[in-house]
Amino acid sequence: MPEVPPYLQRGYITPEELFSIIPKPSEERLRQRPVAVPECPQEIPCAPCREVCPTKAIRMPTPNDIPVVDYERCIGCSLCVQVCPGLAFFMIQYVGDRARITMPHELLPLPERGGEVVLLNRIGEPVGRGKVLTVVPREKTKGDTPIITVEVPIELAWDVRAVKVVRE
Amino acid sequence: MRLKEHPILHFKRGRELTIYFEGKPIKAYEGETIAMALHAAGIRVLNHSPNKNRPRGLFCAIGKCSSCIMVVNGIPNVRTCITLVEDGMRIERQSGRARLPIKAKPPEFRDAKVVRADIVVVGGGPAGLMAAINASDAGASVVLIDENPMLGGQLVKQTHKFFGKREQFAGVRGVEIAKILEEEVRKRENVEVFLETSAVGIFHDGNEKLVLGVRKNREPIEFRGRAVIVATGAMEKMIPFENNDLPGIYGAGAIQTLMNTYGVKPGERVLIVGAGNVGLILAYQLIQAGVEVKAIVEAMPKIGGYFVHAAKVRRLGVPILTRHTILRAEGKETVERAVVAKLDDNWRPIPGTEKVFDVDVIALAVGLRPSIELLQQVGCQIKFIRELGGHVAVRDEWMETTVRGIFVAGDSAGIEEATTAMLEGKIAGTAAALRLGIADESWVKEIERAQRDLEEFRSGPFGRRVAEGIRKLLSEVGGNA
Repeated sequence: MPEVPPYLQRGYITPEELFSIIPKPSEERLRQRPVAVPECPQEIPCAPCREVCPTKAIRMPTPNDIPVVDYERCIGCSLCVQVCPGLAFFMIQYVGDRARITMPHELLPLPERGGEVVLLNRIGEPVGRGKVLTVVPREKTKGDTPIITVEVPIELAWDVRAVKVVRE
Repeated sequence: MRLKEHPILHFKRGRELTIYFEGKPIKAYEGETIAMALHAAGIRVLNHSPNKNRPRGLFCAIGKCSSCIMVVNGIPNVRTCITLVEDGMRIERQSGRARLPIKAKPPEFRDAKVVRADIVVVGGGPAGLMAAINASDAGASVVLIDENPMLGGQLVKQTHKFFGKREQFAGVRGVEIAKILEEEVRKRENVEVFLETSAVGIFHDGNEKLVLGVRKNREPIEFRGRAVIVATGAMEKMIPFENNDLPGIYGAGAIQTLMNTYGVKPGERVLIVGAGNVGLILAYQLIQAGVEVKAIVEAMPKIGGYFVHAAKVRRLGVPILTRHTILRAEGKETVERAVVAKLDDNWRPIPGTEKVFDVDVIALAVGLRPSIELLQQVGCQIKFIRELGGHVAVRDEWMETTVRGIFVAGDSAGIEEATTAMLEGKIAGTAAALRLGIADESWVKEIERAQRDLEEFRSGPFGRRVAEGIRKLLSEVGGNA
């Protein structure tokens, strides 16, 4: 049997593994504007991100290739986050000592703009609290999936991949 | 337990009506099936087995497994998962084998109504719908039958967005694809649809094929055409473990039917067996329905489904235990606990590694096998192809089986994806119209286009296995792929 990549044994990928497969955006780029980073390391037959990208920043010769984003071409429009059927696209931006993460959120309740949410890492552990900066409801996205942007401490930029709304 | 809110779905319930379970009135809604209404009322034990009088509940929820049979208005062996509720219906648990009441008058096939069309399509899922649409566009008259009360097959319970390319509905949720395809079928005047109609046999009668149908468990109908497309889908597999017949152990698809089609909460806490795409997607859908997923166990050393589906549930806190299997279910009348253990390199449970999960539902997502019963009965050559999920009908590149005029498409031709089922349906529908001399040669281009799309879809690591299985099938008929 060929060696199984660790992410397929665990069901999540570490930033180190991810960035051994695709490049990591530079600190400079991350401070310019939001940049799309796909966590899609496996060859699966899927291409909506490439098809929707308005600047052709996603390289994917055939639908069975993995998406690789040209970070300089990416304008941070979030369309790929909205359409990705695997909910595998995220946008990251560094602002001062904070990071802004844009992610899909298909659960109830939908967070409220300005509200505080529990930040979850790739295995669902709470790692802190963050503030919701924007919420785009599903009717307003191109992919029928609500997307949210949360502000987190910069050191959590590559850990937080979900949020939980605490219902009062 | 009915779902009141859902992040994706809106449940439109029909008129409220009353059914009687063992004499007790139960509230139900028009448009839902008996088994769903009973489940919503907390009734999970539907019958007792003939041999050891063991409690049994539903398993497949799409009319394939007979695990849900009950006595309805005095008639036994009614598949309650696909039979709609009617006001005042009397429902009783069936105990073992039952007899028809002496006064019951089964309908006679010689009185059957006859429905004729160029092509009869059996199965209204993604493959059958696309077959009907394309056969109709190529000029054929079509009759489409399905034993479920709605069109769409398994699409109707898929809340996730599909993969593939945008022209193949990628990025669109399965439920939405079902609506689009149904609309396309309904607006074609040369397609007639029969729901709640089971195909029980296919026969040759001169130049015609005769599909014997039974509507609503009581009305025999003869469907006559010159070609038949079998798109009967697949059946969920079962694995052996202690108490695997306990009510509360459901096929993954049954859980999706409960919560996504009918808005009925399947339970409170679930263990999922199998980390293929079906198990992973199910976990996410359960979380969306507000149900806790305790864990997913997978006997293989790796996750079999797409990584992205696994990542979606891991980040919501669901553990995936690879190299683990289920040892037994525990519970008196229904599931109360599941016991799992780690496996050694020889697939044997390692003593001392048992873990107990307090769950009221165990979901089996351990694979599917093609539903080939009608194909086998009509005499198609059948071959066991592991890569395609088991026994399948030998067919050529136009999806025609070894029996001329009988075509196959979708999961009943080999387990794959809804995306490929739609493409195969397109090929089968077009090819049937061509073979009957209805469509002109320009339609061959449409088949070739669908074949190219299939080839592209299957060119990755996931599709290659299926492609290998299909090569084995085609070698039987001297085709090349």
